[in-house]
Amino acid sequence: MALPRHILVALVEDKPGVLNRVSGLFRRRGFNIASLAVGHSETPKLSRMTLVVEGGEGVRVQAARQLRKLVGVMEVKDITGSETVARELALIKLRALAKDRNDIINVIGIFRADIIDVDVDTMIIQATGDADKIEALHSMLLPFGVLEMMRTGEVAMVRGAAGRRGDGVVKPIVYEDIGGV
Amino acid sequence: MKLNGSQIVLECLKAEGVDVMFGLPGGAILPFYQTLPEYPEIRHILVRHEQGAAMAADGYARSTGRVGVCVATSGPGATNLVTGIMTAQMDSAPVVAITGQVPRAMIGKDAFQESDVTGITLPITKHNYLVMDTNDLPTVIKKAFHLARTGRPGPVLVDIPKDVQTEEVEFLGYPEVAEMPTYNPTPDVNTADVKRAAQMINAAKRPIIISGRGVNISGAHAQLLELAEKAQIPVITTLLGLGSIPGNHILNVGMPGMHGVAWASMAIDEADLLIGIGMRFDDRVTGNVNLFAPKAKKIHIDIDESEVAKNVIVDLALVSDVKNVLDELNPLVERKVHADWVGQIEEWRRTHPSLSIRDTDQLLPQYILSELNKESNGESIIVTGVGQHQMWAAQHFVSDKPGRFITSGGAGTMGYEVPAAMGAQVGNPGKVVWSICGDGGFQMTMSEVLTMVQNKIPVKLAVMNNGFHGMVRQWQELFYNRSYVATEFHTPDFVKLADAFGCMGIRVTEKDQVVPAIREANAHDGPVIVDFVVPVEENVYPFIPPGGSVASMVEDPNFSAAMG
Repeated sequence: MALPRHILVALVEDKPGVLNRVSGLFRRRGFNIASLAVGHSETPKLSRMTLVVEGGEGVRVQAARQLRKLVGVMEVKDITGSETVARELALIKLRALAKDRNDIINVIGIFRADIIDVDVDTMIIQATGDADKIEALHSMLLPFGVLEMMRTGEVAMVRGAAGRRGDGVVKPIVYEDIGGV
Repeated sequence: MKLNGSQIVLECLKAEGVDVMFGLPGGAILPFYQTLPEYPEIRHILVRHEQGAAMAADGYARSTGRVGVCVATSGPGATNLVTGIMTAQMDSAPVVAITGQVPRAMIGKDAFQESDVTGITLPITKHNYLVMDTNDLPTVIKKAFHLARTGRPGPVLVDIPKDVQTEEVEFLGYPEVAEMPTYNPTPDVNTADVKRAAQMINAAKRPIIISGRGVNISGAHAQLLELAEKAQIPVITTLLGLGSIPGNHILNVGMPGMHGVAWASMAIDEADLLIGIGMRFDDRVTGNVNLFAPKAKKIHIDIDESEVAKNVIVDLALVSDVKNVLDELNPLVERKVHADWVGQIEEWRRTHPSLSIRDTDQLLPQYILSELNKESNGESIIVTGVGQHQMWAAQHFVSDKPGRFITSGGAGTMGYEVPAAMGAQVGNPGKVVWSICGDGGFQMTMSEVLTMVQNKIPVKLAVMNNGFHGMVRQWQELFYNRSYVATEFHTPDFVKLADAFGCMGIRVTEKDQVVPAIREANAHDGPVIVDFVVPVEENVYPFIPPGGSVASMVEDPNFSAAMG
């Protein structure tokens, strides 16, 4: 059975080594990290990281707390199960022989993906969506011959006003519930 | 005022009140060292190996509550600090390590004596810095000390390239405060949870406290005692929590866990409420977590939120400085008498031999450590290594004062006892410091005795000489049918060694020589090596095998028949 996935969003200081500290923490504590995406946030000198962690409730809470303990990490939110939008971008290079082109275009049309490069017998597809959608597209394209795939990992955000920084609507971790951990 | 980087660092250390550093120079830290004579108020103690510097800084820190400072050069100098830094990290000791680095332009070029020290120490420091801009030095040093001592203390490393040490920049003074918006070392006490904790304590019939190093760090001894006495809760102290309640107090139960006293393990097993205070449910304390305190509701009081529910699931957590928590909690706790419960623990204490020393003519290490404890009268600072001698020392340690027992708990670093005792002695010049050494660990770091001789640091070193890595041998005896692989070694003549080192040496082979030797060492104004020649096949009891529980506890077979 697949392990539950948890989406943690961390606001971190934009300083050298922060990514290393975060990835090193996950490695040495044995947390299974499905994806990690990082980039600038709306605030200068602060970056936002989206980490997708796989594991039980103990892993979820420990990962969030250990992350928050790192110097340079300002806040950690667990937005799993919230009204969350999660998206990643994938580039998929596939074999696109003339006879298959129409079929391929049909498939990517269903997934609202784009063709961003065409060669004599290859194509590069750009797709965005949550991880499930990317995986579904990938499996549909497999029969044609996938040559290369790159995925950014998911970035995630809470819908509406609830996710804004510091407004306290999304509780980082429900500490009173540790009894259930 | 224009100063070079080295002067800036030393100005900051001076402003920080640092009066001693332990270190060893080398190429990449040389500008810093050559500036030292301008700052005579900061004493530098030249160690023989950089691990000694880190461990001495750790021993200094633990025995004084102040930040210990160690210094090393780049590459091998810095990597030699690693075991000491890791030891400090595991036991939350406030240490600042300053390392030289190759010049900025050489970083990443595999330069001579270059190593990625911030990378290497990343998982074993609370935080670390590589200073690439000389103007950053004051804030980095300020933050390093702030991080090391606040919240849950720990080691912080500051790596300074050689050309940063020589570059002149405007020095604007040492910052008053460390501005660190992302660092919240001491969370506020949650008043609602304190009330819930008080209700749980007031409802308990068989409550027990396990007190750890956090109580010692926080200085919450009076608060702990008040809680224990008011609600009549027996107090178990972890290895690093020894001394957090007066040793002779009626409510002091003793040490739990793998080599803890039987009555502590049994009390945990029977308790209906367990309050962990400033401790982290280490596996040496819990054994099998699924069988740990099975009847107890659990409250965990600790400053580090990430320790909550890490090893043991608890019913309530109070995350803040334990002193602040207890200050709020104690007034809400009702005065109680748990006569049956306290009596039950006393009954277990009476009927189990955990601290009994068998009557024999042999020179047993338990006897030596018990006598040493009596002679110390709770005043001496006891610093131990790791292994059998450590457990016997801990079992027989009794002091009414905190901060008298220093040992490498979480890391289990052999050899710690020699340099850490040196650091403790430097931090406590008026006190007697005993280093309790295994002969294995002693041989790892004994070169620091030379540092003691050179600097007139009068540590008394008690070497338990059995020619074996004793604790490993015990496991081989019990789990591997006495197959003593790679545990026996040749020991030098420690008295001759002392002579060669230039310090006093005493050999003890008979029981009646023990007390006179201890007194002679105490009376001598200099380091002393006392060579206690002890039997080989002596085991530490009680023993709960790893992953076990109170049900698998083994008591000393010499007593179990007699005491049932």
